[in-house]
Amino acid sequence: MAKTLTHLERLEAEAIHIMREVAAEANRPVMLYSVGKDSAVMLHLARKAFYPSPPPFPLLHVDTTWKFQEMYKLRERAARDAGMELLIYQNPEAIARGINPFDHGALHTDMWKTEGLKQALDKYGFDAAFGGARRDEEKSRAKERIFSFRTATHGWDPKNQRPELWNLYNARKKKGESIRVFPISNWTELDVWQYIQLNDVPIVPLYFAGKRATVERDGMLLMVDDDRFPLKPGEVPVERSIRFRTLGCYPLTGAVESTASTLSEIIQETLLTTTSERQGRAIDKDAGGAGMEKKKQEGYF
Amino acid sequence: MSGIATQESVYQTEALIAEDIDAYLDQHQHKTMLRFITCGSVDDGKSTLIGRLLYDSRMIFEDQLAALEADSKRVGTQGQEIDFALLVDGLAAEREQGITIDVAYRFFSTEKRKFIVADTPGHEQYTRNMVTGASTADLAVILIDARKGVLTQTRRHSYLAHLIGIKNLVLAINKMDLISYDQARYEAILADYTAFATSIGITAFTPMPISGFKGDNISFPSENMAWYSGPTLMEHLETVEVGVDEDQARPFRMAVQWVNRPNLDFRGFSGQIATGTVKPGDPIRVLPGGKTSTVSRITTLAGDLDEAVAGQSITLSLADEIDCSRGNVISAADAPPETADQFESTLVWMDDEPLVVGRAYWLKLGTQMVSATIREPKFQVNVNTMEHLAAKTLELNAIGVAELSTDRAIVFEPYTQNRTLGGFVLIDKISNATVAAGLLHFSLRRAQNVHWQATDIGRDAHADLKNQKPRVLWFTGLSGSGKSTIANEVEKTLNLMNRHTFLLDGDNVRHGLNKDLGFTEADRIENIRRVGEVAKLMADAGLIVLTAFISPFRAERDMIRAMLPEGEFIEIFVDTPLDVAEARDVKGLYKKARAGELKNFTGIDSPYEAPNHAEIRVNTVDMTPAEAAEYIVRQIMPLK
Repeated sequence: MAKTLTHLERLEAEAIHIMREVAAEANRPVMLYSVGKDSAVMLHLARKAFYPSPPPFPLLHVDTTWKFQEMYKLRERAARDAGMELLIYQNPEAIARGINPFDHGALHTDMWKTEGLKQALDKYGFDAAFGGARRDEEKSRAKERIFSFRTATHGWDPKNQRPELWNLYNARKKKGESIRVFPISNWTELDVWQYIQLNDVPIVPLYFAGKRATVERDGMLLMVDDDRFPLKPGEVPVERSIRFRTLGCYPLTGAVESTASTLSEIIQETLLTTTSERQGRAIDKDAGGAGMEKKKQEGYF
Repeated sequence: MSGIATQESVYQTEALIAEDIDAYLDQHQHKTMLRFITCGSVDDGKSTLIGRLLYDSRMIFEDQLAALEADSKRVGTQGQEIDFALLVDGLAAEREQGITIDVAYRFFSTEKRKFIVADTPGHEQYTRNMVTGASTADLAVILIDARKGVLTQTRRHSYLAHLIGIKNLVLAINKMDLISYDQARYEAILADYTAFATSIGITAFTPMPISGFKGDNISFPSENMAWYSGPTLMEHLETVEVGVDEDQARPFRMAVQWVNRPNLDFRGFSGQIATGTVKPGDPIRVLPGGKTSTVSRITTLAGDLDEAVAGQSITLSLADEIDCSRGNVISAADAPPETADQFESTLVWMDDEPLVVGRAYWLKLGTQMVSATIREPKFQVNVNTMEHLAAKTLELNAIGVAELSTDRAIVFEPYTQNRTLGGFVLIDKISNATVAAGLLHFSLRRAQNVHWQATDIGRDAHADLKNQKPRVLWFTGLSGSGKSTIANEVEKTLNLMNRHTFLLDGDNVRHGLNKDLGFTEADRIENIRRVGEVAKLMADAGLIVLTAFISPFRAERDMIRAMLPEGEFIEIFVDTPLDVAEARDVKGLYKKARAGELKNFTGIDSPYEAPNHAEIRVNTVDMTPAEAAEYIVRQIMPLK
């Protein structure tokens, strides 16, 4: 009797197939690891893809030094559990210039993340980098291939993407060129959450509601995660029950007020919510409707 | 009636999420998935239709809706009303020009199913993107603008969807609101399309009159078209059968992607099952080669599996230690697929550079990567008339049938039976671009009936007797660069050293073996291919072969390199600048070419691609032919 695969089983099989193609065809692959829930799912898929071997590539965290403390804790543990090497890269120029999200705005993302990523890939000579981006997140991502080709200067040309037929991926490239690979392109936010629940994937506790010190600024709820948070005159941290739908640099990531403390409750809240996921992140609002496309052309993941 | 039901179901879903999230998650977890594409001519309203589906299935969040309303007023094309197309057209160039350039993937789900929809561009220059979207789709929605009827793009896309093997076709006659929901007009378009569809072999499709903009027959039956009693688009998408069971009923096949070898005790073969099912204990066969064994276990992180089915990515181990690596196919022992090296295929050309007949491209099929050459197309298809046109090549967006041969046998099945073992892409060896998508139809009999005859005296025996290592010294350079002169000097030196050599000269070969060839690009490539084959035979016989041919194209020189064992092909670039070669003009050919009496002359009206990594380069401006020859001989020492 035929067994019909569910949508999650099909998505899992597709992601594993993609990862194995990269492991077989790239010279020096790496998995970009941002410690968020999408990264957590991608890491879990990699463990499944190559079990009983550990995944045959390292994890790379392009660090901004401004992530939540709890993210740094999970990062070390997740790499250890997977039996993978963890590489951490911080842009030395950003360190030297003291670039931070409070004083430097868009420059913070550009220097730490976009430039940092390019520098890290060049430093180690990685020719294929897995990323956890999903097509349902943002309009320009909806049009990006699973194997997304980058020039030697990390540029993306959206009008000249390689046709991607069936499950055949062309991983050939010249020296210096590289490929960004998105194995969970076809997953939605709900798929990610449900997969985490069904597979017991460890995630940062900040996704669950808890009492945390916060301030409200420019319509966003920001968490005061360490003593580098400069309070403006009149601002007093208030303890609120909050959680995060997405995790990035803590001064740039808005929380939502919530009491959802289990995965089921989180999923429930996500489904009944009326705002899209990335709204809590300041990055997409730069440069109007084409913000992310422009960032990607410049080399942002 | 069903409209009310659908409204209720939306409400019920939200109520279920609110009241019993675990029950909802259980329901959602067991949903199946339908992947479909929307296609048709530009301005048929594809993006608008998808925007409408997302909106009706409540996949649009409030903040997105607010942004959409603002964008609609700013750049929309629908006056003050919501322009759903803006939801879908994501690239800056698309929003500015109001057209769709690339495939956009969107996601939505209803109570019954989860959907991935690829919005594919209508413009002719983006046909390759449409094929990309179609290759993974279970169903195609073909849109027609009711005001315009069946257009060129409608025909082209229907043909492509049928060619790619999409069995479920929906003909959505759109913008009915703009023709006052006129049934007669609808019937006329339907009759038109039916005639066309039948002529290209489409036996069944589901027609419906809709308005993506107004929402008629999308999620709710239209009150404006009481004359239509069929399903709404959403109902059809939710309930249509997709043939997953068919794939499982076929014999087991899995292309090996990766060999999993963490330690000496474990050896697993990883891949995604293309067709069939597999259990521990099943007898299998590894192709090509044909060694048999049985499956010992199927390993996963969550414990061993009792059975795995088509579509799953698995790692399986075998009871015996037999050769098996990436590119092999593991199949049911009693029903193996065919192995062949010559095929008839349909090609969809996807690159700005047209097909070069005879040139070697990479062919990727499943996990097999081989070198392949394409013969002159048998015909090209005119998608408007389905006429077969004579063709010398295939240009961007052309579809044609051509024979191809691969440099070694590959495991395959006809595309209509197995997409994984029948669908391939061609990759340009220099630019690395994906230049074509292809479908294998059948192997050619001459491949099946010609077998390689093993001989007892092998190439090592030939070479040992001559006390030398065979080599092919491939001289390349412009006409008049000094190739033949220098090659002659090198052969004289080697002869004095008691070496067994043979010099193949470009002009001489054209007096005999290649006298049927001219100087077009295709003929030049065939000229080089034949010389390469002869050089290879001579190297097999143990000789040191010298060849002196302009051989202007990098791809062909690389093709010969790939035919020979590593290290036996020595590319020698006789680097003489064009002005120097032209000034010498020993044979008076440059003069003729400049006068227009000689066409396709390298350096004048045909390009010369200099080697990037030649083993040896000689500069004939500073060196005499004797000096160059001496330098080359020193470079190839020792000769044994």
